[in-house]
Amino acid sequence: MDRYRDNPAALRALVRETEVHRDVYIDPEVFDLEMRHLFAETWVYVGHASQLPEPGDYLAATVGYQPLLVVRHSDGSIHVLYNRCPHKGTRITTEPCGNTGKFFRCPYHAWSFRTNGKLLSIPLKKGYEHTGLEEAEAVEGLRPVANVHVYRDFVFVKLNEGGQSFEAFFGESLSSIDNMIDRSPEGRLVIEGAPLRYLHGCNWKMLVENQTDTCHPMVAHESSAGTAVSVWEREQVEGAKRPMAVEVYSPFMSSYEFFEGMGIRVWPNGHGHTGVATSIHADYSAVPGYMEQMTASYGEERARRILDENRHNTVYFPNIMVKGPVQTLRVFIPLAADKTLVESWTFRLVGAPDMLFERTLMYNRLINAPTSIVGHDDLEMYERAQEGLRADANPWVNLQRLYQPGERHDVTEVINGTSERQMRNQFHAWVSFIGSSMERQPAGA
Amino acid sequence: MSSIAPQDLIDFVYREARLLDELDYEAWLNLFTEDGRYWMPAEWRQTDPLLQSSLMYEDRLLLRVRVERLSGARTFSQKPKSRAQHLLQAPQIDLFEPDAGAFRTWTSFHYVETRNDVQTLYAGWATHDLVLLEGTLKIKLKRVDLLNFDAPHGNIQLFM
Repeated sequence: MDRYRDNPAALRALVRETEVHRDVYIDPEVFDLEMRHLFAETWVYVGHASQLPEPGDYLAATVGYQPLLVVRHSDGSIHVLYNRCPHKGTRITTEPCGNTGKFFRCPYHAWSFRTNGKLLSIPLKKGYEHTGLEEAEAVEGLRPVANVHVYRDFVFVKLNEGGQSFEAFFGESLSSIDNMIDRSPEGRLVIEGAPLRYLHGCNWKMLVENQTDTCHPMVAHESSAGTAVSVWEREQVEGAKRPMAVEVYSPFMSSYEFFEGMGIRVWPNGHGHTGVATSIHADYSAVPGYMEQMTASYGEERARRILDENRHNTVYFPNIMVKGPVQTLRVFIPLAADKTLVESWTFRLVGAPDMLFERTLMYNRLINAPTSIVGHDDLEMYERAQEGLRADANPWVNLQRLYQPGERHDVTEVINGTSERQMRNQFHAWVSFIGSSMERQPAGA
Repeated sequence: MSSIAPQDLIDFVYREARLLDELDYEAWLNLFTEDGRYWMPAEWRQTDPLLQSSLMYEDRLLLRVRVERLSGARTFSQKPKSRAQHLLQAPQIDLFEPDAGAFRTWTSFHYVETRNDVQTLYAGWATHDLVLLEGTLKIKLKRVDLLNFDAPHGNIQLFM
């Protein structure tokens, strides 16, 4: 039975001021609408320019249901194309990334395309003479997506025509990406190291919400971070320096008061971040030589300002999280209502000491890997929620912590760090972008 | 052991797998040298555990954290507990230098981890760098290369 398709009003009724209906997490029809509308109406991250250093370099991306190719053209520009031959629909590339040379060549009938998608040649072309091919859609080549924006090497697309501009969609929230880039003495990041890929048996939004959930670490991670702290306290050799791994784990056991004081900043359109005044990343040991490099590049005052900004998790709605002080980016890729692939990527700060990249990689494997004990704690909770939501006892999920009547979603504000406001902010954006896309193009993309 | 024979290395690798299958983690941890490491690369033919992406690269402190966590009262991802089983091909000896006290074996394996109603099969190769310490073989480095290191995995909670 179609309850939500062609029914924006029913979809909108799933999100209340302080609670959301369980169908946002478990209903396959709602999931289908997300794929067709939410991921078409918002600016979605598809990759980083450092993954495409040479002309002809490409990578595969999926936005909603759409298979895409992100490619560096011969003139240096970045193009994003649908990964579909205009002839028979064959996927042009299947590898996650590679170099195609000067052109793409379909492996089925050898139609070939320039790296900006334009049709280059068709074998035995005389077979199309007087057939009117020039009028056919196929002659246009690999279709580009409607909107591409490269912001300081971060590549975003918006599949729908119309809707919000890149600048309007992200606004001031880009400051978190800026801070991560500014942490390089040369002002440049490169993606390095294989991404850690982790399959989750839960809805993708549970993961996004958890990025700004500061009331779970001391509870859910008592088993991992708590054990790390107690083992270190018991086994440390007197006078020994706290190892990097213990520095990574132990702040997860910070008190409620610490997280309250950390603060949360919300931005319009569902973006927001934890860690305004301080964060769990603020007390890492200094890396020898780094401050000197930063001072030489930026001057002491600006260098300090950059490094004193210790934002914890920045959620870019709908589905990425950026961690500036650690230089990681996580993408929450929805596969089904109850299945999510998480890819956790690592950046090297160009020109900075190796030890910073070592810490980035260590953080990623300790916290974001399928072998991560912190990850095990979290996934257990998501999967239990996915199961528990089947109970008919109460169809509503509560997001009420530190709610204030009349709360607005079109403002930038700093609030108590244990507020669930950023989750409410996300759901407001969720319902608003799906709704506007459904109303403009009811059938979907 | 006063002198090491090739068969001792092979026996060691089998015994190590058995300790893991029997969930005897205290005995298993004691197989490592003080500076021993357990490494699970995340890249093909990886050479660097620190500046390339790994799934695990852990010293005894971190391994002990894992072991204690597995039996913790509030370790919810172990309610119910996981179990593991190794199927090893005969270990091959890649390095045998008794005078230097340095040995290396290479073992192809299938590994099964199970919890609740879900059982998952992993395949790969284990490389053991072993040393002789006061007459006893110890693990300096256990390297586990998964066949599908690049695939998206669900929870891997125990040790391969």
